[in-house]
Amino acid sequence: MKPLKLVAVSAGLSQPSSTRLLADRLAEAARRHLAEERATEVRVVELRDLATDIANTMVTGFPGAALREAIEAVTEADGVIAVTPIFTASYSGLFKSFFDVIDNTALAGKPVLIAATGGTARHSLALEHALRPLFAYLRAIVVPTAVYAASEDWGTGGDDRTEGLAVRISRAAEELADLVLRRPAAAEPIDAVIPFAQQLAALRP
Amino acid sequence: MQFGIFTVGDVTTDPTTGRTPSEHERIKAMVAIALKAEEVGLDVFATGEHHNPPFVPSSPTTMLGYIAARTERLILSTSTTLITTNDPVKIAEDFAMLQHLAGGRVDLMLGRGNTGPVYPWFGKDIRQGIPLAIENYALLHELWRKDVVDWEGRFRTPLQSFTSTPRPLDGVPPFVWHGSIRSPEIAEQAAYYGDGFFANNIFWPKEHFVRLIELYRQRFAHYGHGTPEQAVVGLGGQVFMRKNSQDAVREFRPYFDNAPVYGHGPSLEEFTDQTPLTVGSPQEVIDKTLTFRDSFGDYQRQLFLMDHAGLPLKTVLEQLDILGEEVVPVLRREFAAGRPSEVPDGPTHGALVARRDAEAGEGSPVPAGSPA
Repeated sequence: MKPLKLVAVSAGLSQPSSTRLLADRLAEAARRHLAEERATEVRVVELRDLATDIANTMVTGFPGAALREAIEAVTEADGVIAVTPIFTASYSGLFKSFFDVIDNTALAGKPVLIAATGGTARHSLALEHALRPLFAYLRAIVVPTAVYAASEDWGTGGDDRTEGLAVRISRAAEELADLVLRRPAAAEPIDAVIPFAQQLAALRP
Repeated sequence: MQFGIFTVGDVTTDPTTGRTPSEHERIKAMVAIALKAEEVGLDVFATGEHHNPPFVPSSPTTMLGYIAARTERLILSTSTTLITTNDPVKIAEDFAMLQHLAGGRVDLMLGRGNTGPVYPWFGKDIRQGIPLAIENYALLHELWRKDVVDWEGRFRTPLQSFTSTPRPLDGVPPFVWHGSIRSPEIAEQAAYYGDGFFANNIFWPKEHFVRLIELYRQRFAHYGHGTPEQAVVGLGGQVFMRKNSQDAVREFRPYFDNAPVYGHGPSLEEFTDQTPLTVGSPQEVIDKTLTFRDSFGDYQRQLFLMDHAGLPLKTVLEQLDILGEEVVPVLRREFAAGRPSEVPDGPTHGALVARRDAEAGEGSPVPAGSPA
């Protein structure tokens, strides 16, 4: 059996990046859950490296080689982990631009785990009011637990009202792994062409 | 194989001088470019059709009729004629008239256009783009082949006992290409009728067009018009040449960087790497163009975009000299070498008349195109 493919998309900008760190933690947790059933390959797509390509695609309408390869990896993945820093109350422009240039059917039916980082926990619902609708539009299957990591989460455990980051990561990763394993194998894509007589017949008055 | 040029007809400021030609200058420049194409031995001149600034060619058959009167051999074509927003009755009449005036040196490329707002200017609904292209062409096809047409469709008033005049020259309609950059429906349409398929590949990487052209070739054979290799394929190209490669790059870069379509995006180097654009010596243009056959198979028509992005007329005419004298003769020789005999040449009126006569002798013409 072919190994499962998990792709984590990180829109983190700094080096090192807490967004990338969260993507890695989620990917590793999901891989561990999946590995109980199937071998799993993890690939991380760093949007920072593709920033110019993404902007060029907006101008020319086609992706350059590196971006095309990244888009193919996401399109062919069995599960996707999408992680963005929260900028100005929403996902970053770079994160949105990547999902703007990807085909709008590329994620249809695909399990997606959404996650975000930010300087304060006050922006955590951006996951629910910005990322979740974005992936709903793309007809992805978004896992129930979305993971938000504020700066303080990296240094503390949970408290009476909140589970710690490690627990949330584990729960979200397990939800993703369950969806990936239950997903039916995708059929090979075919170039569908509607026979011309059928196109003509549809226009009969 | 046919070689020629196609023009968008844009009025663009020359970024190196800041000068913008007037519409009148641009229209006259397009004519001068067409006449030059014949002078340097090219086969085809094709003009775009646009109905908004900064473009001038809103009335292609008017321009092509004028050029027809001043040329002897050049095939006059379009890139593209809007099959969605023009009335197919008027297309049938205009191009049949042009065909008579030009002695058969006329074909046309149909397209949907890429300007959304144009639809309401002509009373059409952009959401119906593909259905309009399909229905309008079905009617155009019939108007050119049946003397008396009774017709009813979804997008225009019915016709009863209508005869489109003049009838096509020698009873043979102009050859039709269907132009597309992304729609498999249009490749399927071209295949169904046994018409040509022109993939305007100049702005995108080749992988995309390999799939589209392969689909067209397979469906062309499926509909019984010949083998996949006999399907009639046209391709675009875009070049700027100087004797020394570095001179070409230096001179063209400001035009590239400020070009309306792709300017302020990727670098010239990235774009030439990923698309058919070639900026360099005539030999580099020859080498790149010859790779098209490796990707798409033997094909029938190669059109180059030479006159956009504000390049001055004098420069464009120099480019056409180089194209006609140094590039196309080599391409003709190289493309002819190893070309299988069953692969057809580029379509001409004379060849279409001969084929019609041959098929009439056999008694069973290819039954394509009539709505089943």
